[in-house]
Amino acid sequence: MSADAPVLTKKDFQTDQEVRWCPGCGDYAILSSVQAVFPELGIPRENFVVVAGIGCSSRFPYYMNTFGFHTIHGRAPAIATGLKIMRPELEVWLATGDGDSLSIGGNHLIHILRRNVGVKILMFNNRIYGLTKGQYSPTSELGKRTKSTPYGSLDNPFNPLSVAIGAGATFVARSVDVFQSHLKEVLHRAAKHKGTAFIEILQNCNIFNDKAWSNVSDKEAKEEHVLYLESGKPMLFGKAKDKGIRLNGLTPEVVALGNGVTADDCLVFDDRRDDPAMAFILAQMLPPDFPTPLGVMRAVDRPSYESRVVGQIQHEIEERGEGRLDALLRSGDTWTVFPDGTVG
Amino acid sequence: MSHPPVGTDHESPRAVGHQKLDDVVIRFAGDSGDGMQISGGEFTNTSARLGNDLATFPDFPAEIRAPAGTLPGVSAFQVRIADYDIHTPGDAPDVLVAMNPAALKVNLRDLKSNGALIVNVDEFDERNLKKAGYASDPLTDDSLSAYQVFPVELSTLTKRALEDSGLDNRSQERCKNFFALGMTYWMFSRPMEGTETWLRKKFKAKPELAEANVKVMKAGWNYCDITELFHTRYEIEPAKLPAGTYRNITGNSALALGLIAASRRSGLPLMQGAYPITPASDVLHDLAQFKQFGVTTFQAEDEIAAICAAIGASFGGALGVTTTSGPGICLKSEAMNLAVMVELPLVVIDIQRGGPSTGLPTKTEQADLLQVMFGRNSDSPVPVIAASSPADCFDTALEACRIALQHMVPVVMLSDGYIANGSEPWRLPNVEDLPDLRVEFRTDANGFKPYLRDPNTLARPWAIPGTPGLEHRIGGIEKEDGSGNVSYDPQNHDHMVRLRAEKVERIADRIPNVEVHGEQEGDLLVLGWGSTAGAITGAVNVARKQGIKVSRAHLRHLNPFPKNLGDVLSRFTKVLVPEMNLGQLALLLRAKYLKDIVSYSKVQGKPFYRHEILEKIEQVLADVHRTKQGRPVDVR
Repeated sequence: MSADAPVLTKKDFQTDQEVRWCPGCGDYAILSSVQAVFPELGIPRENFVVVAGIGCSSRFPYYMNTFGFHTIHGRAPAIATGLKIMRPELEVWLATGDGDSLSIGGNHLIHILRRNVGVKILMFNNRIYGLTKGQYSPTSELGKRTKSTPYGSLDNPFNPLSVAIGAGATFVARSVDVFQSHLKEVLHRAAKHKGTAFIEILQNCNIFNDKAWSNVSDKEAKEEHVLYLESGKPMLFGKAKDKGIRLNGLTPEVVALGNGVTADDCLVFDDRRDDPAMAFILAQMLPPDFPTPLGVMRAVDRPSYESRVVGQIQHEIEERGEGRLDALLRSGDTWTVFPDGTVG
Repeated sequence: MSHPPVGTDHESPRAVGHQKLDDVVIRFAGDSGDGMQISGGEFTNTSARLGNDLATFPDFPAEIRAPAGTLPGVSAFQVRIADYDIHTPGDAPDVLVAMNPAALKVNLRDLKSNGALIVNVDEFDERNLKKAGYASDPLTDDSLSAYQVFPVELSTLTKRALEDSGLDNRSQERCKNFFALGMTYWMFSRPMEGTETWLRKKFKAKPELAEANVKVMKAGWNYCDITELFHTRYEIEPAKLPAGTYRNITGNSALALGLIAASRRSGLPLMQGAYPITPASDVLHDLAQFKQFGVTTFQAEDEIAAICAAIGASFGGALGVTTTSGPGICLKSEAMNLAVMVELPLVVIDIQRGGPSTGLPTKTEQADLLQVMFGRNSDSPVPVIAASSPADCFDTALEACRIALQHMVPVVMLSDGYIANGSEPWRLPNVEDLPDLRVEFRTDANGFKPYLRDPNTLARPWAIPGTPGLEHRIGGIEKEDGSGNVSYDPQNHDHMVRLRAEKVERIADRIPNVEVHGEQEGDLLVLGWGSTAGAITGAVNVARKQGIKVSRAHLRHLNPFPKNLGDVLSRFTKVLVPEMNLGQLALLLRAKYLKDIVSYSKVQGKPFYRHEILEKIEQVLADVHRTKQGRPVDVR
């Protein structure tokens, strides 16, 4: 941040638009956290762009006083990619939901991740279609009874972080709408990441899928059934840090400390691990058998797509010289017809 | 045996007649793997260097290698060369080179009566005849008596020429297209040096292949020179084209260059989002080579991502372009509508092919007009323009970019497989004569609103991210005019729907009137759009030479139409509209101008022949005259 740049505050990122999410929606908390984090990043406000698809979460750009683009269902990653490769200096964030990113936009999601485009993806996972009033989503649990599945859904759900890791994500994290300080910390880490950052935010839809994350966000769950990830430290959880995750072969297991089991027996977390194995194990750990891991699961450095795109163009300009249009038009076999009709 | 020297000025060892032709059509036809596109392409390039006017029509199957010797596997390349200004690759070949029975079967019906037919007799064995569906050998059963047949042991002679080459049998066999090319070079008095140079460059890494092909080409030439098979050589003088520097160019290459020119003339970096699809992929291949022009090509995960990335680029202030064909344009409709709503410049290029669905991927059609006009939810007008010839793709691409940038709208440009793959000589423009497409981004925060309007064009300001004070939100939800805030107000929506339509209509203020060639009023106007231009021009020119009164006009701008179009239509008793669809422009004209259009449709995956349009002209005029005799009053 240059010295003379104005100091931004949370208020600078609020718009005059009436926020139209349902009262009690988890989106309010997420909006508040993002509005609090952006001014702390040292980036001029005009360089922020918030892109979104379609859905409740995707109304996000209208409430952020930055450049914003509310696009079409599922396609925000593609639009953000086009923008970022042409304007790498911009800080591009993307708000999406479980339906927008994992159903209609599943293809674009995996491709932005494999390319490692420098876009920060906030995926609000409420395990339901909210804007269309309550159909099951690709993250809804099997057997989910909704308006469109009165006898229970028949599809296996996606595990969003597993999908992201499988697609080659270089940064994956999970937080919770109402865990504001945790969420802000994750957002700060995502902002520093050079490639695609994928953040699953467990978000409560109090109208159509209330308490979907109570096994994480309830007071007791929050203390006992959440694994807060800290790189370099053994995976311990519980209010008294009296439980841990141990690896048995390739399978994780929950162990109680004591009776000869110590923290040293537990898996030491490393978010910079080059291979995605540990991140994948964590992504697969689901309640009720496991605590829910929260925090940054993977953050590895890889070249961003936009740096490669720009680099290739710069390389060709250096190698061949800046293209000249006249020479280009006249390249290949040409012949001249002279005014007297002769050809040469 | 020592070979005599070869070259156009070489004295033949025997009596050979020389005859001048003004115009000749040659078709090379063989199996997909026989290299017919290469033979045709080289004949074309050599003729271009000689200054002939020319037009080409490559026609190949969708399968990369259909089963050898079968009818679906036949690939052909037709080239017409002339000493005057021509408009089409010709209706019927004067010379047909058929490399196997299947190629003969598929192409013979087009050969002119008494046309020259060069056949590779080596391929006419029982198996191949059967594959092509011949009950008996056409070379011996008298069925080819209407043609001059030149049976040549093309494969044998090729292999004989390469006896000492050290190449394996298969590699030798693959050179036979150059034997055929050498023969046609002799017949039409073309020099071989250009092709020699090209071969040595192409096979730089494998010089033995270059030399083998050169040797075979010369063997083909010498074969004609020495044997008694051919008695006449033909010459085609350079065409009297307007002075200038020319190059032979396909529509897709011209289109790519037009986009780069638009980027340079606007000062905006070009960003092309594309997904591979026939016949549009060559635009991507071309642009991907030109990174030194600051071109960003993005091969997206699908058609939707391709257009969306271009929209994202445009939002960021780049020249966003997406190219596609057939089914791809269907996939892009929702994103096109987003561009309509957010009023960003975007160029959507549809290289039309035979459809619907997968249809005929490598064949031509112009049946996406109504799709691009109306194929989006709600009232969603977009400007539509179409290229009329390979070289015209350059100017039309520039025009598409001009409209997009000056009017802040998505623009559809239509081309089609015929002109995309076909080529013609292109008189190179001076860069400084190209349109000035510079744009001004909004920078002034004072009084800024995202949907402020230019009083003339109704365009909104282009306010790109990174500009202090211009932070704003756009999106597909209806917006209040001016402020750009989300609005569900009924009156505002009514206003915005009409405004978006009016914005497109006002583009007509800045496009030229449609020009009528021939009498400005009369009994018949032939009106076309897109790639039918060549066949229509050819047919009308022939008709007029015969004393028939017929005029023609051609539309580049299809939405909006040129302002004088209604007046032009009203000045003719009948308007004939030939289209490679079931009458799509005719439908639009009838709806807008209440004019009784005579629609003439052809949907065979092939362009119109000149004679087809000529016959239709005669028929329509005969009807007009009959009506006039029956009813002396003008019934218009």
